[in-house]
Amino acid sequence: MADLSINFAGIKSPNPFWLASAPPTDKEYNVRRAFDAGWGGVVWKTLGLDPHVVNVNGPRYGAIYGADRRLLGLNNIELITDRPLQTNLDEIKAVKRDYPDRAMVVSLMVPCDEKSWKTILPMVEETGADGVELNFGCPHGMSERGMGSAVGQVPEYIEMVTRWVKQNTRMPCIVKLTPNITDIRKPAEAAHRGGADAVSLINTINSITSVNLDLFAPEPTIDGKGAHGGYCGPAVKPIALNMVAEIARNPVTADLPISGIGGITTWRDAAEFIALGAGSVQVCTAAMTYGFKIVEEMISGLGQWMDEKGHTNIDAITGRAVPNCSDWQNLNLNYVTKARIDQDLCISCGRCFAACEDTSHQAISMSADRTFEVIDEECVACNLCVNVCPVEGCITMEEMKPGEVDPRTGRTVEAEPADWTTHPNNPASVAAE
Amino acid sequence: MADGAPQSGISANRLEAEDYHANFADLYPPLDRHEAHVASDRCYFCYDAPCVTACPTAIDIPLFIRQIATDTPEAAARTIFSQNILGGMCARVCPTEQLCEEACVREAAEGKPVQIGRLQRYATDTLMAADVHPFTRAAATGKRVAVVGAGPAGLSAAHRLALHGHDVTILDAKPKAGGLNEYGIAAYKTPDNFAQREVDWLLQIGGISVEHERALGRDTTLEQLRNDFDAVFLGIGLSGTNALGIPGDDLENVQDAVDFIDQLRQANAKADIPIGRDVVVIGGGMTAVDAAVQSRLLGAETVTIVYRRGQDGMSASGKEQDHATHEGVHLKCNAQPVALHGDGAVREVEFEYTTQSGGQLVGTGERFRLPADQVFVAIGQTLGETGLELDGRKIAVGAGGRTTLDGVWAGGDCASGGDDLTVTAVAEGRDAAEDIHAMLSGGE
Repeated sequence: MADLSINFAGIKSPNPFWLASAPPTDKEYNVRRAFDAGWGGVVWKTLGLDPHVVNVNGPRYGAIYGADRRLLGLNNIELITDRPLQTNLDEIKAVKRDYPDRAMVVSLMVPCDEKSWKTILPMVEETGADGVELNFGCPHGMSERGMGSAVGQVPEYIEMVTRWVKQNTRMPCIVKLTPNITDIRKPAEAAHRGGADAVSLINTINSITSVNLDLFAPEPTIDGKGAHGGYCGPAVKPIALNMVAEIARNPVTADLPISGIGGITTWRDAAEFIALGAGSVQVCTAAMTYGFKIVEEMISGLGQWMDEKGHTNIDAITGRAVPNCSDWQNLNLNYVTKARIDQDLCISCGRCFAACEDTSHQAISMSADRTFEVIDEECVACNLCVNVCPVEGCITMEEMKPGEVDPRTGRTVEAEPADWTTHPNNPASVAAE
Repeated sequence: MADGAPQSGISANRLEAEDYHANFADLYPPLDRHEAHVASDRCYFCYDAPCVTACPTAIDIPLFIRQIATDTPEAAARTIFSQNILGGMCARVCPTEQLCEEACVREAAEGKPVQIGRLQRYATDTLMAADVHPFTRAAATGKRVAVVGAGPAGLSAAHRLALHGHDVTILDAKPKAGGLNEYGIAAYKTPDNFAQREVDWLLQIGGISVEHERALGRDTTLEQLRNDFDAVFLGIGLSGTNALGIPGDDLENVQDAVDFIDQLRQANAKADIPIGRDVVVIGGGMTAVDAAVQSRLLGAETVTIVYRRGQDGMSASGKEQDHATHEGVHLKCNAQPVALHGDGAVREVEFEYTTQSGGQLVGTGERFRLPADQVFVAIGQTLGETGLELDGRKIAVGAGGRTTLDGVWAGGDCASGGDDLTVTAVAEGRDAAEDIHAMLSGGE
């Protein structure tokens, strides 16, 4: 089987699957269970200075569901560890001693002054941990106290604190970024300037998951009130993938290792993050939903796929999709596809028809016997029919070959690509020489 | 119950008391909220959904299922009842596997349709349990309509007419309303007196009076009704039964299956009903299955349905046939009865195998006998005398259920067209009511 081991910014791990800094990594008991289950590493739940914080005593989580109550998104208002610092340090040391081959990264969040960081870093180093992750991401609670995402939203602070950390420890330093900003490249560049060995992202997204319509209060509701929480789980994966790609594509940060986080639930999700530049991946919601055992599927699935494709190690796939992440203006406008419906697979639900007829381009016909067919003269290849079809593979996009005439536009499909930069309708276009 | 070998002949109390209770409990128990949500999540909300097309009453199934999925089963019930006021009974007795669920695209996709019938029951039960009647009667029109027969067609017609503000008088030959819902359907399909509870709930619309034990031809005439009312709707069903017409069919313990089912439904205690040790049911429809299965549930040792054609010719659905065999009923096809033997009471039925020859069903000459101390005949029902023009063996009706006689409409099993199903009767009663309403409103 393919070699799944990694060396991420100097931190070694038998596989790229780490548990993210979160409730599953809050205590020795949980982390031992995680390592026994096969996780390659953990980022221990964020430590702070004593006196330790406290948590609410009502509900901490809210959720979004798909069909059959499948958990798609989770929101939390839990803070950093609410146990004494020394308790955590002792447990970290004990676990690392017993699992020397696993990655033990410790998440940290202390106030924005160098003294605080100088205080905590040697204590962590003493545990034998492999690295630290700076929590500049948590968007709830701690941010009100000037920490977490309050730091992550100001690139100058990121750079400053990262530099303090690098000056005060030998341990590799991962900077965890908040997605609650407009351009993820700026905080990543700041971390890079400060000397970070890696970044990890995304932390959770500001969210209200639902509103209790009896109480007229946001969920989770604490005595009639609610505060925004941090959103995670499968629903945030597309946002996370884009942010990872943005950093990987940015020439300034192209060589900065990335630990990918955000809705990773299966081996395939992990492979996608890796393809977009992640050297390790972190998981939380999937473990919180299904337990630690899911890592077995992640390991077997990633290994099987790599073997089938002939990829021998993680480095061989890391960032492989990055060169194909482009800008809209560079997409080939001469690439023409048409939807095709496989009548053998079609179950005649008509969702493609309703979607196209009501909300798109009236490019699907419906016969009296419920046969649905694409009208090429109208099909703009938007892909909505593919997306709403409940049968995988029933509707596909078929590429038109050069020389064929697109019945919608009457134009012959050209073999040479052409994009918006040279399009005659683009006021800024440059005429082809 | 006696120990040892089961006694021959017919006998009550073949089982322990608790067995009757278990045997005649709800065949498909209601879905609870969790089950309903899981089931409703499977609906694809199809465009112009095939299930709706397949429903004789055209209930907006995707809409009501979405209403269940979004936790408003009361709204789902309104969606159902607006098309089918007997949606509660239909949820219990419809052969959904031949209608909506057969058409469900998930049947095509996975061989497992959305459980439309059970979801319909969840919604309708929820609203009916709250004893809410979801419709308000329009202002009284002063028009009077006679509805003959308080079965599904008549109740459906009466409700729709009353909704439009007309005064409705229902005449029914039986002591209780409901028709076949009350007298003709297996007990385990509609336990807990559901048929009567449904009638009571339906009548909450107001404007409907029911006159029991008033039969057309016996207590009144069509001519009289035409004189006394502005319109007449006939939902009289099929009151007669076909006879075997073979030697021995007058022996004791040879009985119409419909009478047996009626007796069973009306019995205070199922244990009181005498049943044979060896029972033979002749026929291939739902009535045959209902009689056969209930014979087993009453403690008959062997129950055999004998049908003269191949199994695929049985009008009972595959699901009904499976249910019968699951309950230990034997199915014997391609055999027709030629004689019943016995001394006073029936003891054996003699059959001849059949085959298809030149499009005709013919006997092969090979015969066999089955032991039988009770025989139920379920070979079809017939229309009573009405004096109306017929189409085949039923009252000829055109669009909107109009008969050829002015001012007289008909629907349900007594009328031409459509299957003999509860849901079809409801649709025909409803549509005739709309046609009557249009006429009474001066539309033509």
